[in-house]
Amino acid sequence: MTEMPAPIPLRERTADALPWLVTAAMALATLALAFGPDWSSLPARVLMLIGFVAICAHLLRGRGRQFFNGPVAYVAAGSLLLLVVLALFANEIAPQNPYDLRQLDIMDGRLPPGSTTFDGAMTYHLGTDEQGRDILSGILYGLRVSLSVAIIATLVAMAIGVVVGIYAAWAGGRVETILMRLVDLQLSFPSILVALMLMAAFGRGLDKVVIALIIVQWAYYARTVRGTALSETRKEYIDAARGLGLPVRRIIFKHLLPNCIPPLLVISTVQIANTIVLESSLSFLGVGVPITRPSLGLLIANGYDYMLSGQYWMSMYPGVALLAIVASINLVGDRLRDTLNPRLRK
Amino acid sequence: MLVYLLRRIAQSIFVALAMMVIVFFGIYMIGNPVDILISPDATPREIEETMARFGFDQPIYIQFFTFVGNALQGDLGRSFVHGESAVTLILHYMPATLELAALGLFFSVLIGVPLGVYAGYKADKWQGRAIMTGSIFGFSLPNFWVGMLLILIFAVELRWLPSTGRGDTVDVFGIRLSIFSENGLQYMILPALTLALYKASLVTRLARAGTQEALVQDYVKFARAKGVSETRILFVHVLKNIMIPIVTVLGLELGSMIAFAVVTETVFAWPGMGKLLIDSILTLDRPVIVAYLMMTVLIFIVINLVVDIVYTILDPRVRVTGGTA
Repeated sequence: MTEMPAPIPLRERTADALPWLVTAAMALATLALAFGPDWSSLPARVLMLIGFVAICAHLLRGRGRQFFNGPVAYVAAGSLLLLVVLALFANEIAPQNPYDLRQLDIMDGRLPPGSTTFDGAMTYHLGTDEQGRDILSGILYGLRVSLSVAIIATLVAMAIGVVVGIYAAWAGGRVETILMRLVDLQLSFPSILVALMLMAAFGRGLDKVVIALIIVQWAYYARTVRGTALSETRKEYIDAARGLGLPVRRIIFKHLLPNCIPPLLVISTVQIANTIVLESSLSFLGVGVPITRPSLGLLIANGYDYMLSGQYWMSMYPGVALLAIVASINLVGDRLRDTLNPRLRK
Repeated sequence: MLVYLLRRIAQSIFVALAMMVIVFFGIYMIGNPVDILISPDATPREIEETMARFGFDQPIYIQFFTFVGNALQGDLGRSFVHGESAVTLILHYMPATLELAALGLFFSVLIGVPLGVYAGYKADKWQGRAIMTGSIFGFSLPNFWVGMLLILIFAVELRWLPSTGRGDTVDVFGIRLSIFSENGLQYMILPALTLALYKASLVTRLARAGTQEALVQDYVKFARAKGVSETRILFVHVLKNIMIPIVTVLGLELGSMIAFAVVTETVFAWPGMGKLLIDSILTLDRPVIVAYLMMTVLIFIVINLVVDIVYTILDPRVRVTGGTA
């Protein structure tokens, strides 16, 4: 009598939907944060922070020791959390609203770090720019713009990439060829060139930057997801699900998709950092975010004219903030890759 | 093979045409060029005359066919600002960008290879880890920020090197190059370093991976048994074997170097084609933008085509799946 093959544990292969929902909620909250006419309410932001921390905790459950393998990991994770908190609660923390003209005094323009206002009520710890805006406050508000633009663009691009990638992998044939050719075509040009091309056509604006960043990135995700999905569909658990007669929709959403997400999360972490850099480069070149909502890149560009005359603080400190956020995201992403990527796990 | 070649070339031509359509209609969306060409107090008659002279009164599809017809003859319009032919203008600015990219590539090998080989040699030690962490910074540092920092340190504080602009140039076969004059070279060092940093990190990673692989090979064991010094093993035996992939990747990256030069040139006010593009975008100089994009796209299509063909000759398996654009 032939031996029966061991039943494939289907449940092990299906992931739960909680982190998805939290991610979606976070995306919406960020959207409200960036594009709302004013700040979204404090509870919403607190909720978003909790959601963010919950996702991180969920991702790392049981792998904490693997992730925090040295002092670099602690510093990177700590500074990332700190910067996210600073950006989220900028208007509670910042000593001044740099875009409220009533709070500005043109006489305080271009003061070096450590100067105080005329009446001594407030200290400009990082100096002021040519309009008398507090650099520290400008950085906090700019950090928010940079982060939210990058997060939204990355999430939307990821969503589009997942849909296209899974569709291509599942449909196969001519559809797949055409979609993937399009992806290859776009990826053969450097992203900064494509983004510049788009911004030249669109003109500057917050929403336009986001759209350009989405167009630049989607192809990258589509290629990655298709690759993962192709190798996943050849595995036994998909055959098993098919053999059970489950509907295609259920197989895709409950079985295939959850298994394509982990490698994607690692990529998207690093990709958010790349997006921040790309956006800041565009803004530095003067084709990015509008003057009314400066990101870190635009702050650096504004101060750049004064740097050669030794007034370094206007572009130096926003630059340090940009470096801090990008470096900490990249270092965290690097640790995540080592921790989560099943291919590298020994 | 011939069929593959023909198909591949036809594909490239199709891509070039598609990009032409995208670029033309994309750039057509930018403001009304007449606004910047004519003074605000011009009479309606003058406006009409100017529109007619540039052909803006024609329907858009006629304008497009005129554009394609001229483009095939190598004419991509005249710059609104400079009054010169856009192609001539870009060709005039191109050598500055190319020499900057070349020096940048040279720097990236000069920095990346020794660091990478050393990191591969000390892979599990703190030195190797430190270099790898450093290379993450190299990847993630924004180009313009590095440039600014270099200016602040070497030009403003130490006053060792000039900050922005291009120094003396020497005519080589009628092309103005600054790489051959001492003063010009001084102006090039900072922007080329800025441009090199990203690629240097890439080279470091490649060299490290290659070295790690090479160190367990038999020829290294043999050299060690023979009593060859470690330095000689690393920088003669191993280096020779890891240079091939590095050179391949760098050749591929030359195109992206030209694209990245846009940012670096703006920071250093380097008069190359990247700076020209940004200035044209800011002044809405449509023909120059279109010409720049078309020429860059063409360069990329040619690079990709050449790479694919070379790969096909080297590795026949590629033919089955087809290459990229």
